[in-house]
Amino acid sequence: MKVLVTVKEVAEVEDDFEIADLDVDPRYLEYDLNEWDEYAVEAAVRLAEASDEDVEVVSATIGPERSEETVRMALAKGVDRAVRIWDDDVEAAEFLDVASKVRLLEAVVAEEDPDIVLTGVQANDTGFGATGVALADAVGFEWGAVVNHLDTEGVLEDGVAHVHRELEGGIDEITEIDLPAVLTIQTGINEPRYASLRGIRQAQSKEIARKTLSDLGLDHSAVAGELFLTDMYEPEAESDATYFDGDAGEQAAQLATALREKGVGAE
Amino acid sequence: MTSDVLAVAEHRRGDVRDVSYELVTAGRELAEETGGDLHVAVISGQVEEFATRVNREGVDVVHTVDHGEEFNHDVYVQAVCALADELDPQYVLTPNSVNGLDYAPAVANRLALPLVTDAVGIEYDGGLTVTREMYGSKVETTVEVDAERTVVTVRPGEWMVTEADGDAEVTPFEFEVDESAVNSTVTGFEEVAGGDVDIADAEVLVSVGRGIEEEENIELVERLADALGATLSSSRPIVDNGWLPKNRQVGQSGKVVTPEVYIAIGISGAVQHVAGMKGSETIVAINNDSNAPIFDIADYGVVGDLFDVVPALTEEFE
Ligand SMILES: Cc1cc2nc3c(=O)[nH]c(=O)nc-3n(C[C@H](O)[C@H](O)[C@H](O)COP(=O)(O)OP(=O)(O)OC[C@H]3O[C@@H](n4cnc5c(N)ncnc54)[C@H](O)[C@@H]3O)c2cc1C
Ligand SMILES: Nc1ncnc2c1ncn2[C@@H]1O[C@H](COP(=O)(O)O)[C@@H](O)[C@H]1O
Repeated sequence: MKVLVTVKEVAEVEDDFEIADLDVDPRYLEYDLNEWDEYAVEAAVRLAEASDEDVEVVSATIGPERSEETVRMALAKGVDRAVRIWDDDVEAAEFLDVASKVRLLEAVVAEEDPDIVLTGVQANDTGFGATGVALADAVGFEWGAVVNHLDTEGVLEDGVAHVHRELEGGIDEITEIDLPAVLTIQTGINEPRYASLRGIRQAQSKEIARKTLSDLGLDHSAVAGELFLTDMYEPEAESDATYFDGDAGEQAAQLATALREKGVGAE
Repeated sequence: MTSDVLAVAEHRRGDVRDVSYELVTAGRELAEETGGDLHVAVISGQVEEFATRVNREGVDVVHTVDHGEEFNHDVYVQAVCALADELDPQYVLTPNSVNGLDYAPAVANRLALPLVTDAVGIEYDGGLTVTREMYGSKVETTVEVDAERTVVTVRPGEWMVTEADGDAEVTPFEFEVDESAVNSTVTGFEEVAGGDVDIADAEVLVSVGRGIEEEENIELVERLADALGATLSSSRPIVDNGWLPKNRQVGQSGKVVTPEVYIAIGISGAVQHVAGMKGSETIVAINNDSNAPIFDIADYGVVGDLFDVVPALTEEFE
């Protein structure tokens, strides 16, 4: 049996930054494993651990060579092997929209034939929050979005996932989802493990298979999306906040005065 | 293709959710631009009653699909796709809610339409331009869609609620749900944020975010809360890490709070957090990143290191 987990390397913007052309100047970007995918990786590994049978955990990443560092983190935490999709056509794509990503991941699903696919709820940089559910529909799997509770026991054997979907306002929806399925995993669903030294060492020898579009039976049309980023800017500060200057002591003193005026701290 | 807009209303446990009335506003504005009609779909639940409620100014037709009580994404996908086939709208709008994100991507895929999620602005001048945020609200982007038809999900809280009554025609939409393609079952709901304290009752909240770095440091803000006679709350990562219980979480999936004073410490101001506290009377932000979006909604701002500012502030009140 097989669990496929999608893993994205996301860009994080430093405190101070500049925009160059249509993106944040790369000098101000740092890269990391997407927070939501960290929880998805943990859930995938736990599904495998909870099963009596042989379960392989495979990760899929659409990303440049740089992202292998992030993929290694997933391998160190228990993913068995990784697939990374990239080539000149993907690199040249103007905007990898949801439909484009789904065309690539769909091909991976066809090749790997997993019983269950786990994705994150959203990629923290672009925040579309849509890849998992769109992928499910494309491959004809069932799905559940924003899963914050998953009974890992027996899922793969019984072919049913008992999940909670986290709705707004502190309410969970309790749902049964037939496999094969895609679940989009919410943060807090588990406690992601730290990679052990042994895990990190083992990750070095695990396979990261690089796939081009043609390896997947696709061509450049797969990444020809219909969305185009036409502008990026810092939002106008709508704030009319009063800022307190000085060193921490001075700032605290001014803030204390303002708070007292609001009646805070009065016995 | 018509120039119409189809908006899908949202309800839960017998109530139409506010985002439905915001969607009416966004849909009406867009339909005015395209020159088409605004159709609203009401799927499952007390459809007659819900139809009366979403029948607000600017809605031309309400289509009801009477099937089941609660949201089921398989039913929603089938119903929205069937309606889209029948009405041939130019744009399909859904809420960018947890349930919206549970069916809109599948609808877009099945109809082979491009999808733009989490819109904070929608413009039309012969083509569609959507404004959306990136990098945790640090930048705004415009996305142009090079297609005649599109599915767009609309961020809750960005459009005004349409209050005024409408005079839409309400018609049942008849179609057969393919039950063999319904492979998920909702069996119930659970309230997860109960417990000893209700942060929604507090007059002053000291709220801590990921900037606190370590569990041991929570004590720092606890001391401040004590000194101020305030209640301690937090952003999501603090709860995800198990450092504070779920009932302390402010935001979309936690509690909505409206205290007299809300002090956000080491919280960036992500949209899902802000959704839970923007109604606070006075908002104070302490953050070492002067570009943090939390400052956009703050009344008082301290750009500084919380590990210096918080102890100093505590001392002022001890
Ligand atoms: C479906 C869904 C539901 C969600 N629901 C919620 C919700 O209910 N509530 C919620 O809060 N989030 C929710 N989120 C998560 C949300 O998107 C953000 O990830 C989260 O709010 C970030 O929390 P934060 O601001 O504490 O952390 P970060 O975004 O990491 O921000 C930390 C901040 O601390 C500052 N900082 C760091 N060090 C210091 C220092 N020494 N001194 C001062 N400042 C410092 C940084 O500049 C930064 O601004 C949800 C997300 C999704 C997808
Ligand atoms: N480039 C990518 N490579 C691998 N997985 C991705 C990629 N982009 C998105 N995903 C997956 O889809 C989830 C949702 O992303 P998105 O729909 O882009 O917000 C992420 O948490 C990832 O699991």
